[in-house]
Amino acid sequence: MRRLFKLALQKPELAGVLLMVVLVIFFQIRSDYVFLSTNNIRGILGLLPETALVAVGVTLLMICGEFDLSVGSVFALMPMTMAVLVVAGVPFWLAILIALAMCAAIGFINGWITITFDIPSFITTLGMMFMARSMTVVVSGGFPPRIRPGEVPSWVFVGFIDEGGLIRASVIWFVVIAVLIGLILSRTNFGNWVRATGGFMPAAQAMGIPTAKVKIACFMICSVLAGFAGMIQSLRLNSFLPSIGEGMELQAVAAAVIGGTSLAGGIGSILGGLIGATLIRVIDNGMVMSQVDSNWFKFAVGALTIFAVIGNSWLRKRGRAMKVETEK
Amino acid sequence: MTTPIISVRNLHKWYSGVHALKGVSLDVMPGEALGLVGDNGAGKSTLINILSGLHRQDEGEILVEGEKADIRNPKDSMRLGIETIYQYNSMVPIMSISRNMFIGREPLKWSIGGIGWLDERKMRQDSVAAIADVDLHLRSPDALVGELSGGQRQGVAIARAMHFRSKVMILDEPTNHLSVKETAKVIGFVKGLKAQGVTSIFISHNMHHVFACCDRIVAMALGQVVLDKKVNETSIEEVSEML
Repeated sequence: MRRLFKLALQKPELAGVLLMVVLVIFFQIRSDYVFLSTNNIRGILGLLPETALVAVGVTLLMICGEFDLSVGSVFALMPMTMAVLVVAGVPFWLAILIALAMCAAIGFINGWITITFDIPSFITTLGMMFMARSMTVVVSGGFPPRIRPGEVPSWVFVGFIDEGGLIRASVIWFVVIAVLIGLILSRTNFGNWVRATGGFMPAAQAMGIPTAKVKIACFMICSVLAGFAGMIQSLRLNSFLPSIGEGMELQAVAAAVIGGTSLAGGIGSILGGLIGATLIRVIDNGMVMSQVDSNWFKFAVGALTIFAVIGNSWLRKRGRAMKVETEK
Repeated sequence: MTTPIISVRNLHKWYSGVHALKGVSLDVMPGEALGLVGDNGAGKSTLINILSGLHRQDEGEILVEGEKADIRNPKDSMRLGIETIYQYNSMVPIMSISRNMFIGREPLKWSIGGIGWLDERKMRQDSVAAIADVDLHLRSPDALVGELSGGQRQGVAIARAMHFRSKVMILDEPTNHLSVKETAKVIGFVKGLKAQGVTSIFISHNMHHVFACCDRIVAMALGQVVLDKKVNETSIEEVSEML
């Protein structure tokens, strides 16, 4: 029992889960009990997959010991590229494939430059953030492309799948992808390599793990997920704007950190990233519902990030301090 | 005459202008416990890094069991049966014992192109067995390596090497930063290797540790071998003088 309690305390997601419970109860009361109403949940579920998919990729990459600040720009560049291609007459699915391949290429470049020149990914992806944002405006030629509603089968990604209009297809896409990435991280040898690479690179290298390839793969997954999330948002709004996703890179880092991912790499989980992303959405929405001045949103996310990290390290320390014999 | 299990011929290595190895030749016999001593910068670590695949020699050749070996990376070295336990610890502290045991060599239930589903049951069972084999008693294979003491960590590293049936175990300063009691434990592990027919190369700058568990002493200084004698034909004083 004591051992289980110790393990639970050391779970990196714990602080996030506790905060979520507290906040949901708080907003439910403050909003005169409409926070958990069907209509409001629909609103949260509409936006959640977009933030959460980016957070999943960023979490994976952070566990591998690297950063990606370019996700916000890729979030805008992918749908813009796709829309421009569709307008130019390229079939919808092919356009998606090309745009996703471009995201993978951006991820590859991020990783390759970071590793080959041995520079912090913070710098590489900061550069890529500006470059990709600029490219978004360039490919659109200054005029956002227009795709008439119904012209493309966007229902595959954003259509409501139930009769009540509560859950969009994007929720399914997001759940499937998140579960898949979560399983890859926790149940496959690749996941083991990701954690070892981020946890202690010299040991990973000495054991013959191709750490460069592992990192590049994570950069690529992260970029592709960011692009995919951007596409979902653009299709949901049916507008392709070069400005979407600004500030998203740091929100994704905040989500990962709130969920217990360590900046130093190695520690964290996909579930944690999801919890962090959900918390951010809950705060955003809950503040509106309880009629708090929405300019406080960023303040709340910032405070939450710091609070969650302090809470996590405190809980983990308490967990570690609990005496359980390691030797028989 | 028996074939040396590892034979190093005229090895040279330069690090950005520094001549770290100046024509080192060394034969390691099967079943032997070889102590490699020398001051910092003598070339011990360079030699070991080449054998374990972290670096490549600039000149010279390596023969494993009489055959020319081309060691390009750590995997090549492991495939030849050479397992290295590094001074900085070859474990990831934030991962569990069973995960650490199999880093890079995970047993898989199925795989596509080398990536696949971990057989975690086998990983746990095998780690428990391997750890028990080196007389280390740990409660759970799920404990994090970071929670173990330095000596226990070295024990797990040795258990890992034993599990993969390595023929040669290289221990790079395994007694660094360990308490007296734990050092005795690690020296016990090394003695145990000999009993199981595993060749070992024990690197240390602590003469007492080396003399406590090795058959033969090789001393290096300034990138060269300066002494190579059976342990009963030399003394700590003689070796110290050579360095």
